[in-house]
Amino acid sequence: MPLIEIADLCYRYNQDQDWILKGVDLKVDSGEFVVIVGHNGSGKSTLAKMLNGLLVPDEGEVLVNGKATSREENIWEIRRQIGMVFQNPDNQLVANIVEEDIAFGPENLGLESAVIKKRVEEALEVVGMDKFRRNAPHNLSGGQKQRIAIAGILAMHPKCLVLDEPTAMLDPVGRKDVMTTVQELNQELGMAVVHITHFMTEALLADRIIVMDQGKIVLEGTPQEIFSQVDEIKKYHLDVPQLTELAFRLSQAGLDVSPDIFNVDELVEKLCYLKSKI
Amino acid sequence: MLLEVKNLSHNYDLESSVTDYSLQDINFMIERGQFVGLIGHTGSGKSTLVQTLNGLIKPTTGQIIIDDQDITKTKNLKEVRQKVGLVFQYPEHQLFEETVFADIAFGPKNLGLTEQEVEQRVKNALEVVNLDYETFKDRSPFKLSGGQQRRVAIAGVLAMEPEVLILDEPTAGLDPKTRQEIIAEIVNLQQKTSLTIILISHRMEEVARLADRILVLDEGKLVLDGTSAEVFQQQEFLQEIGLGVPQITEVLMKLKNKDNMIATDIFTIEEAKQEILKLMRG
Repeated sequence: MPLIEIADLCYRYNQDQDWILKGVDLKVDSGEFVVIVGHNGSGKSTLAKMLNGLLVPDEGEVLVNGKATSREENIWEIRRQIGMVFQNPDNQLVANIVEEDIAFGPENLGLESAVIKKRVEEALEVVGMDKFRRNAPHNLSGGQKQRIAIAGILAMHPKCLVLDEPTAMLDPVGRKDVMTTVQELNQELGMAVVHITHFMTEALLADRIIVMDQGKIVLEGTPQEIFSQVDEIKKYHLDVPQLTELAFRLSQAGLDVSPDIFNVDELVEKLCYLKSKI
Repeated sequence: MLLEVKNLSHNYDLESSVTDYSLQDINFMIERGQFVGLIGHTGSGKSTLVQTLNGLIKPTTGQIIIDDQDITKTKNLKEVRQKVGLVFQYPEHQLFEETVFADIAFGPKNLGLTEQEVEQRVKNALEVVNLDYETFKDRSPFKLSGGQQRRVAIAGVLAMEPEVLILDEPTAGLDPKTRQEIIAEIVNLQQKTSLTIILISHRMEEVARLADRILVLDEGKLVLDGTSAEVFQQQEFLQEIGLGVPQITEVLMKLKNKDNMIATDIFTIEEAKQEILKLMRG
């Protein structure tokens, strides 16, 4: 059974408004790393809020471990399993001390204090913030705050982490730290990740990329499959990493270069090899 | 010379930390009409520097001379802020009026302009950011999309008709389409009016393509000052200070290092493609 299963999902915020999601079908397996991209208004954030029942479908259904988000009695179990991190780090931290912030979730689960303490420590270590346990969150950088927000979710021991543009407001260093943390969670703890982003370089980390446009999934595939269609991606107003676009344009111009090169050295070596054969 | 910064240093809290300077002995000049990129990793002093340029921060020592006037000495900060317009990061957080018109008109009204002049300025500013005056003037800024809010906030600064426009990461947090549109609007504005622009950005490929000249800050010091070509030749140094070079520059430089005759001062994909094809076809 997939961890998350979405079938024919339709949603609009108001009866008299347009549909935001128009028939979305999506499965996410345990341990999978899925990236969702799409320009503003494509419906990706609305879809994210569907995954843990912050929103429930008007039509179709969202199942988490086989349980529908539309049924009240499932909601707490679903929210414990699917943790969410949002864009603005300042809106997500609740306590004055880092470790209290992380303990907030587990405390609400009614766990014993020894268990809570252990979970807080584990979570801090995973996100690499153990040195900051006694700090005040507001004195941390944006990237550090996002890692604390992630730690707070981790302490709930979820099966899946949903991140809605967690790096949009961060500088390159903060972005890299957050993405390293997310990758470790996925690879080392086997946690499923659904990551929504505008940064295509982050999408390269995914097992599978979903491209959304006007409330529908319009492209789906591995990074290789998606990025070898540069003109198609541009049609949906998305960015393509410079390197990928360069490789694509060179292959269009007749060079024997594969457009799914994601690494500068790879492209340089390929070009040198081609040149040596002339 | 429009703007000259001489021996500028700033310490936010001289009493508690005598050595902790956010800016240290910065010197540079900017000519009228230049498009200057300002880069540096977080905490390098970029935002502090631009805040000193429009008088929001009074530097600990040094001079900032704009139009022959040292703004660190002047009492008339209102005039300084009119001359040097600063668009903050996430400027839409500072929208506050009930209508788009009122928000953009707020600054010009305080300059004591007539109603007609104010209206003309709002119209001009909205035109630059591609928002239709009639459609948007009476709408609440809070009911606009993120990209539209960002545009209204930028228009509010443009309506002051500054001589220098400083943009602190004007496209942060926007989706690619909106980002490209806003960048195109800025480029268009600069080409039409030769406005002097200082752009802070974390996107190296954006700065490389747009700026005539790039200033690089590291730990409060100005460590590089040159054209895109000059600055991005220093790949190793830039990486040491937490910055990078655009991916296509990296490709071209690595090709060059392998004994290929190839230009490395290229910042668009189309030109890079042509250059590589030229190399491959001997």
